Amino acid sequence: MARYILQRLLLLIPTLLGVLTIVFFMTALSPGDPARVMLGERANAQQLEQLREDLGLNKPLGEQYLIYLKRTLRLDFGRSIRTGRSVMEEIREHFPATIELALVSMFLATFFGIVIGVLSAVKQNTWLDYSAMIGALTGVSMPVFWLGLVLIMIFSVGLGWFPTGGRMEVRLFFEPITRFYLLDSLIILIRDGDPAYLKSSLQHIILPAVALGTIPIAIIARTTRSSMLETLRQDYVKTARAAGIHERRVIFRYALKNALLPVVTVIGLQFGLLLAGAILTETIFAWPGIGRWIYSAITARDYPAVQAGVIIVSAFFVGINVVVDILYSVINPKIRLR
Amino acid sequence: MKRTLFLMLLVLLSFSLILSCGKKEEAAEGAPEEAVAASGIKTGGVLVFARSGDSVGLDPGRETDGESFYGSTQIFDNLVEFKPGTTEVQPALAERWDVSDDGLLFTFYLRKGVKFHDGTDCNAEAVKFSFDRQFVESHPYYQYGPWKYWGYMDMSNIVDRLEVVDDYTVSFYLKKVEAPFLANLAMDFAAIVSPTAVEKYGAEFASNPVGTGPFKFVSWTKDDSIVLDANKDYWGEGPYLDRVIIRVIPDATARYLALKNGEVDVIDFPSAEDLELMAADSNIELIQQAGLNVGYLAMNCQKKPFDNKLVRQALNYAVDRQAIIDAVYGSAGQVAKNPIPPTMWSYNDDIDPYPYDPAKAKELLTQAGYPNGFSTDLWAMPVARPYNPNARRIAEILQANFKEIGVETQIVSYDWGTYLDKTDMGEHTMAMLGWTGDNGDPDNFLFVLLSIPAATPPAGNIAYWKNEEFTDLITQAKETFDQDVRTRLYRQAQEVFHEEAPWVTIAHSVVTVPVRSHVRDFVIYPTGKRVFQRVWLDD
Repeated sequence: MARYILQRLLLLIPTLLGVLTIVFFMTALSPGDPARVMLGERANAQQLEQLREDLGLNKPLGEQYLIYLKRTLRLDFGRSIRTGRSVMEEIREHFPATIELALVSMFLATFFGIVIGVLSAVKQNTWLDYSAMIGALTGVSMPVFWLGLVLIMIFSVGLGWFPTGGRMEVRLFFEPITRFYLLDSLIILIRDGDPAYLKSSLQHIILPAVALGTIPIAIIARTTRSSMLETLRQDYVKTARAAGIHERRVIFRYALKNALLPVVTVIGLQFGLLLAGAILTETIFAWPGIGRWIYSAITARDYPAVQAGVIIVSAFFVGINVVVDILYSVINPKIRLR
Repeated sequence: MKRTLFLMLLVLLSFSLILSCGKKEEAAEGAPEEAVAASGIKTGGVLVFARSGDSVGLDPGRETDGESFYGSTQIFDNLVEFKPGTTEVQPALAERWDVSDDGLLFTFYLRKGVKFHDGTDCNAEAVKFSFDRQFVESHPYYQYGPWKYWGYMDMSNIVDRLEVVDDYTVSFYLKKVEAPFLANLAMDFAAIVSPTAVEKYGAEFASNPVGTGPFKFVSWTKDDSIVLDANKDYWGEGPYLDRVIIRVIPDATARYLALKNGEVDVIDFPSAEDLELMAADSNIELIQQAGLNVGYLAMNCQKKPFDNKLVRQALNYAVDRQAIIDAVYGSAGQVAKNPIPPTMWSYNDDIDPYPYDPAKAKELLTQAGYPNGFSTDLWAMPVARPYNPNARRIAEILQANFKEIGVETQIVSYDWGTYLDKTDMGEHTMAMLGWTGDNGDPDNFLFVLLSIPAATPPAGNIAYWKNEEFTDLITQAKETFDQDVRTRLYRQAQEVFHEEAPWVTIAHSVVTVPVRSHVRDFVIYPTGKRVFQRVWLDD
């Protein structure tokens, strides 16, 4: 087991090195002079030269790459060209919002995805199964920005249940502690007994979490269903049933446990995708997360910020995959043995 | 199993119901009823303004983007300021000023007793500090630049040095006579900052701004909101609001829905599709004004056949400008006939625009020796700009218009950086571009975009139009401080421009700011500022 984990961790090194290299050359080789784009219509020759000098763009590409590698390995991402602030500090400000949203989304998606998947497998070929699977197909195909606006139209403008966007009612004047707002507002509730912040943060996170979670819900439900169907046909399930064990116990204790193996992989992958793919949801719901931050860095050609953002998100993605692999081997010892 | 699911749904539903109740009361809080007697202005309340992107930073000297100035404008004051809704300059932190006879020495007399939000005095030393840090390389805070706007406005070639005369008097020694200098001082980059705070925060001053303005900085959650509280000791009019919150809502439709829902009071950049819905909503009022910009098609006067005035005029007659407005700008644009926008002083409204007249255009082409037309390139920008939301689409319309008079065009585009480089070098025959004004002075359009000195690479004058009469007029206008004389000279210059036609002027975009109908006295500044100093909330 320990050897397996070590192996997986060692594999991280070439993977991350690959990420670093791709990120560098993608930014360095993208067309257009970044200095020109940054300065716009107003630039004069002297300012352009100065900026190229400041950015190190005058050095040969190989040298730029080596400097970049050295700094990145020291986790020194430098200062943002756009804001002049430490890139790491900016990531610290934006990443918790995305992680919080992705966690809540994944929680919703996992819970409802598995419930729906199990139900439609158990009730295969009934109206419940058909409507669940049509729902899942719709969920996968729905563009998030469209779904987001529809949710806002119905639940914010129409019913007035939830706000249209943001993380917290701005008029409440909230000062974050950990920058995970649900956690922060829970701390305030315990410390000061004031529930207003927790209520507001919950109200704000529900619509974006639902919008972001639609695709994972659908994918998890479909994976659970097919894996469950396969498991239910296995001999040991038939034996259990024949032995007169209660159906609910057969499904949850015997079948589901084994059927969950592929689902765990899917959940891990989806979680990684949510971190990177939350940008549309963040845009529609005015969620101040890392996706939007990277996007504005790209449009401003803020190279240090783009590189750091992509590296951090990729590292997270790779990290989650390793955790899933390890988790997988815990659930299914066969994997380890190979 | 069925029962569990049902129970779960029930719990979820009741949960969301609990969360949703009580929402309406929250919104109604605030706004104490303390009316400012005769004017009918009510004080108090919180105003929420939603815009599309976050500020980059709140140090007005360092930033270049409008989003940053939306925040810093509320926090800082300048020596002089723009009169609300105009491009005219009026006193602010400086009560008055003298100009020496040779025009090279400006002396400003400061308002006394004005304090920064950190309690320190706003005096002549603070003024000198605010400017010196932007151009005196030995200044200890020069390193926190780049001070880009100082460069954009060519201030290093205008200002030689500043001198403190006494506590409340400061002099600017200039290198040359430059009338627009005063308007430059009203721009955001020329704001007066607290030296004590700059020394305290260093590079982090942009996240901890301290000025003398109507609102004090309280907090900033990146990409989410900036909170500003009223400066109760403000020296000027207002502020009437207790608090201003500047939020970020990136999606235009989501911004509109938040406004409709009453979560925000003022929004920026509405999408054209939502404008109709907003116009029909009695809770929403649309405030509009022509923007300080111009979108144009420049013809390279150094290249054949555009060295011929008749050809340039012909193309002007060939373009159906109204069709472009209808197809691309909608209600967010108006036809341009002059190189400067109508909100700018000295705009010459007596000029008759070139009508859409293909027959006349053909006649002029024949006269110029091109009875069968010619073929050339038509460059279109790859990006949307404030003055031109869709250059590609406009290029297609222009292409069709030109084809009618026998001029065949090939649409050409490059990535944005390359496009700017190549047009600067004059590699094009015809290219679209535009300009957004900075200081509200006509010089900022006419000199930068059309003078002879601006026609050398990298050129602002991408028509490479070298007209001595025009350049003489605007150079004279730069060198006198008499507003009437300047106005007359600029009006004359616009006539020369019209006759010589180096551009096909296309459009000025119109700025629309939708507000909740209880928002009063919100005025759009032509320079693009959003100022909440005099804004108040009715019931």
